[in-house]
Amino acid sequence: MSPEAVTRLPVTSDVQISGARHAVREAAIAAGFSLVEQTKLVTAASELARNTLVHGGGGHMEITTLGRDQRGIRLTFTDSGPGIPDVAAALSDGYTTGQGLGLGLGGARRLVNEFAIDTGPGRGTTVTVASWPRGARRVTL
Amino acid sequence: MTAVGSGRSGAAVVAEVLDARREQLAQQWADLPLFRTVYTSGRDAAVTAAHRLVDTLADVAHGERVEDTTVPALDRIRPHLAQTINARTRAGCSSPQFTAEVAELKTPLMAIVAQELTDEDRYSGLLAAAALMGTLRLVVMEILLNQGDDIIDRQRQQLLEVSTPIIKLWDRVIAVPLIGTLDSARTQVVMETLLDAIVDQHAAVAILDITGVPLVDTVVAQYLMKTAMAVRLMGAECVISGIRPQIAQTIVQLGIDLGDIKTRATLADALAWALEQAGARIASKE
Repeated sequence: MSPEAVTRLPVTSDVQISGARHAVREAAIAAGFSLVEQTKLVTAASELARNTLVHGGGGHMEITTLGRDQRGIRLTFTDSGPGIPDVAAALSDGYTTGQGLGLGLGGARRLVNEFAIDTGPGRGTTVTVASWPRGARRVTL
Repeated sequence: MTAVGSGRSGAAVVAEVLDARREQLAQQWADLPLFRTVYTSGRDAAVTAAHRLVDTLADVAHGERVEDTTVPALDRIRPHLAQTINARTRAGCSSPQFTAEVAELKTPLMAIVAQELTDEDRYSGLLAAAALMGTLRLVVMEILLNQGDDIIDRQRQQLLEVSTPIIKLWDRVIAVPLIGTLDSARTQVVMETLLDAIVDQHAAVAILDITGVPLVDTVVAQYLMKTAMAVRLMGAECVISGIRPQIAQTIVQLGIDLGDIKTRATLADALAWALEQAGARIASKE
C-alpha cells in the first residue's frame, strides 16, 4: 500500500454517517488501533460527521492513512455550510445551536490526538483530526 | 439448411436460425445447469422452459432490437427468470454464479449459428447472437439488483421488529438488550416498547443493556438519558448495564454526564441490584 491512502466518502444522509463510521472503524483496525483507540476515533468521527450533516448541510469525509509502518489516521470533514462565527464558544462544552448536548465538537477534540478547525462565517467548515495507535511514530498533521 | 442470403441484418439471420433450430437449441439448453437445477421434476419441464426462452429471443431478434433490454418481448420471460433466480438463491446460488450459468447458454447458440450460416452472413450473425445473449444477461442482472433491494427493505423492517425483545428477568424486573447501531427509527421503537412493557408488567426496574452497542456518541447518550427519564416518570427505576471499558472511556472524554442514572458493568450486576431493590436475594446452596 502507498504511504498515503486516501478514501473519500460523502456525508449527506444518516445512512452515510453510519457508512462513515464503518469505514473509519475498518481503517483503524487495519492501522493496528486497539479496541479503545478504535472506539475513540470512531466516536469522534460520528460526532464530526453529524456536525457536517446537521450544521454544514452535508459535505464529505476523507480518511487518510499516514506513515509507512505504524500508521496513523487522519480524518477531514468538509462542508460548505454557514461556518462557525465563534469557534471558541463552539468548542466549549454545553454550547449548542441545535437540539444536541453541545458536547460533539469539544468531545471529539478530546477523543483524538490532534485537532484543527478552519471555519468562518459564510465559508464553510473543515475539521481535521488525527490519531495514532499507542507507541506509533507520529508524522506531522 | 436454412436458406440465407447476404445483405440482411445479423438480427434477422439469427431470428431465422432460432426459428429453424428451435428444438435442437432447447434440447441442448435443457441439459445446462441453469435449467437442469431448477426443473428437477423432469426433463420435459426444463425443455418447455428452454423453448420459451428460445421463442422470446427469436421474437426480440425479429424485432431487430437485440441490444435493447426494454423491448416488450422480454417482459414475457421476466417473471420466469425472477422465479428461477428466487429458487436458485434459496438453494444458496450466488449472483455471480447465476449470471455465469446464464452465460453458459451462449456456447450452444453460437455453435448452431456458426454452423447454420453461410460465410457471408456468419460474422454479422455471430455478432447479433452475442449481443442478444448480452441483453439477456443484463435483464438477469436487473432482476438480481431489484431483488437485492427488496431483500434489504424487508430485512430493515424485520430488524426494527426483532431488535427489541423485552425480557422479564424477575417479578417486576424487565430488560432490553440493545444491539447494533442505534438510529432514530430504532430508538423510537425501543423506547415505545419499553414504556408499554413497564405498564403491562408493572415493572419496578427496567434494565437497558448496551453490551451489543458498538459505540455511544452524544446522540446515543442523549437517547439513553431520555429513555431513563421517561422510565422514571412512569415510576420505575432505569439501570443501564453492559458498559464496556472502551465505552466508559469515550463517554468520559466526550464529557457526557449521565447524572444520577444507575449504571452497571454487566447485566448480572444490574439484576443483582434490581433484586436487592425488590428485597430478594440469590444465595448459593450451603
